[in-house]
Amino acid sequence: MAMLHTINKSPFERNSLDSCLRLARDGGSVLLIEDGVYAATKGTKVADKVTAAMGRMKFYVLGPDMKARGISEDKILDGIQVVDYGGFVDLVAEHDNVQSWL
Amino acid sequence: MKFGILVNEGPYNHQASDTAYQFTKAALEKGHEIFRVFFYNDGVNNGTRFGVPPQDDRNITKLWSELAEKHNLDLVVCVAAAQRRGILDADEAKRHGKDGDNIAPGFRISGLGQLIEAGIQADRLVVFGD
Repeated sequence: MAMLHTINKSPFERNSLDSCLRLARDGGSVLLIEDGVYAATKGTKVADKVTAAMGRMKFYVLGPDMKARGISEDKILDGIQVVDYGGFVDLVAEHDNVQSWL
Repeated sequence: MKFGILVNEGPYNHQASDTAYQFTKAALEKGHEIFRVFFYNDGVNNGTRFGVPPQDDRNITKLWSELAEKHNLDLVVCVAAAQRRGILDADEAKRHGKDGDNIAPGFRISGLGQLIEAGIQADRLVVFGD
């Protein structure tokens, strides 16, 4: 049972990233969308937490939402894969179910 | 694969409806089926044809209507949420003695059972909200 978790809030605004990482099972994936893309950037206070979680879950970030916020790919943490909306659709199809952390 | 889409936020106050639209469009382009798009809570505000955004801004309602026409999508607005927020079709307007209706082309008003059915019939239900 691999679950896809989408997070659409900045980790500096709400605790949805923390809630997700606390409750998600190993082997699932996290897709950062909308303001959630800030969790994917280098040098923030949550960067170590996200990097540590990569050992047990895969991380993705939605490219168009990065671009809309002026975040270029070189600012994204190593190990996070950038996807477009088509990639978002593929991730939903590849996982057994989707949990939106709103 | 069959997808169900749930939109819980209105247009312009949050990105949820934009993301849901882009996701739905991408899924259709990849050959997937959209079983239904259900608009709940403030999401029902996506279904009024009376919105007039500035010309250089996207018209979210119109985008949904056009996508629905092109792909024969089932866009369902929750009736109880819609009544509270003044989203009416001709039947609802008549029933409540209102002088007009504002439901946008391609949208229809129905009950929460339609969301349950989407959850059962679709392979994946994807939620977009705040």
